[in-house]
Amino acid sequence: MSLEASIRLALGPLDLDMELTIDEGEVVALLGPNGAGKTTLLRAVAGLVPFNSGHVRLDGKVLEDTATGQYVPTERRPIGFVFQDYLLFPHLSVVDNVAFGLRSRGTSRGAAAQKAVDWLGRVGLEDYARAKPAELSGGQRQRVALARALAPDPRLLLLDEPLSALDVSTRAEVRRDLKRHLASFQGIRLVVTHDPLEAVALADRLIVMENGRLVQTGTPAEVTEHPRSQYVADLVGVNLIRGEADHGTVRIPGGAAVAAAGAESGEVFAMIHPRAVAIYRMRPEGSPRNVWSGRASNIELLGNRVRVRIDGEVPLVAEVTPAALKELDLVEGGEVWLSFKATDVGVYPA
Amino acid sequence: MRRERVPIVVVVPAAIGAAFFILPLVGLVVRSPWRDAVTALTAPDTIEALKLSLVASLSATALGLILGVPLAWVYARVEFPGRDLLRALTTLPMVLPPVVGGIALLLAFGRRGLFGSWLDSTFGITLPFTTAGVVMAETFVAMPFLILTVEAGLRSMDRRYEEAARALGASRWRVFTRVTLPLIGPSLFAGAVLCWARALGEFGATITFAGNFPGVTQTMPLAVYLLLETNQEASFILSLVLLLISLLVLVGLRHRWLGSA
Repeated sequence: MSLEASIRLALGPLDLDMELTIDEGEVVALLGPNGAGKTTLLRAVAGLVPFNSGHVRLDGKVLEDTATGQYVPTERRPIGFVFQDYLLFPHLSVVDNVAFGLRSRGTSRGAAAQKAVDWLGRVGLEDYARAKPAELSGGQRQRVALARALAPDPRLLLLDEPLSALDVSTRAEVRRDLKRHLASFQGIRLVVTHDPLEAVALADRLIVMENGRLVQTGTPAEVTEHPRSQYVADLVGVNLIRGEADHGTVRIPGGAAVAAAGAESGEVFAMIHPRAVAIYRMRPEGSPRNVWSGRASNIELLGNRVRVRIDGEVPLVAEVTPAALKELDLVEGGEVWLSFKATDVGVYPA
Repeated sequence: MRRERVPIVVVVPAAIGAAFFILPLVGLVVRSPWRDAVTALTAPDTIEALKLSLVASLSATALGLILGVPLAWVYARVEFPGRDLLRALTTLPMVLPPVVGGIALLLAFGRRGLFGSWLDSTFGITLPFTTAGVVMAETFVAMPFLILTVEAGLRSMDRRYEEAARALGASRWRVFTRVTLPLIGPSLFAGAVLCWARALGEFGATITFAGNFPGVTQTMPLAVYLLLETNQEASFILSLVLLLISLLVLVGLRHRWLGSA
């Protein structure tokens, strides 16, 4: 039982070309920056956006295939869709919102109302059945949207940025509830998000996409430990360099080379944690083989750490303590030296 | 609070402009023979005209809803060549002199008209100078108001609600009746009220296409105009009734037009 989609489409500036397979039993998060095409992909899977070529198959049944011209309209796909700002029908009560899908799929009025009330109980909102969506808080609306999508027993649950409409204070709690409901749902689950925290918290597997293309897929641990794009590296907060390995060094296009203990041969990624990068005002003497000079271009306080972006032969981010920064007497634009050990460079094939 | 002084060059013409509207209303209210009101209002001719006006204008509104809402939907949702031209043609009666509309209706649906002669010879149906003709004339003039209002409502609504309904398994008909129509409810109501008010006041197209037969085609505005020659007092009273109805319409739509929340 799985969802299998291959979708190519051009929509405005977006050029989307994605293949994805999702099995029952895993929660998959589609992670990527704004404009990567995540939502468009989700809408294409739901049949809400026509695509140029490709197919969507659910449990082996064709929902859409441009090669054969098959198309099952959205309303006849066994899907549940939680929209970004929930789109609860403002003119219907909460219970009628939840019953809407059941009524649309032919459940009698009484049975639909009963089941809707049951669902409201499951998300802890039985007391709000007669309320209008406008009377609910953001977190409550999210739960109604989830109940509405799940009530008709879909095979495929699609969630578009399910937590982004919430303020930070309620997000953690709603995320915990959402994780629980995702776990109890027997079907295929796909969550779109641009928030890495959300993706890591909710999903068993991440699919990272950028500019309409897949850049990386794997478990949250695999993705965060071995970023394969600048986007993921920035999310995780590490320095990522791509180059050619040559027995102990990684050569970067442009001429520079990084000494890296694990580098053998071939195209590789070199990952350096900012904490491993040390900053000096004078050229340091010592064992580290990677020593460069550069200019501090951006200094940013993050909790009890300071991240210093240093532009030079190889642009890198270093992380130091506020006390160290003070001692260095460093300001933006200041001339600095940096160094890190060859053994602190993680190398893995590109 | 300090208030900005309003320039005199604005105040004077503005006051004249306001007086221009208010004085006729005052005239109507002051000069109406209130003592004869009951007699005038209960006269059989008046009752008949009032009844006919209500029946015809409500029928025109119903017809407008049945035909106009789908037309508005097509304008708002379907792209096809010539859409703008078609919209312009169906909006034309809003600016066309109603008499011209009446003549156009006669040429199309009159007994010797383009389609009228066919209707007459094939089905034995005659439209001009009947109550059905009144409804047609009123619909012709009033429906554009409904079409434009509903189209604007359809265009400004958030279509993602329709997608949400489809994702929940709703057929297109169910989406339209359970989501689209309720969401454009205010536009639908405003359009229907505008259409009805315009139909109620219709004069030119009606008298041209349907004539002026008491009990059959003589609506309130026609009666008012005719009574002006024979019974001025009654004509004033009927005018007051129409004024009152207009005022009620305006109050009913105040949220939309006068901006009070």
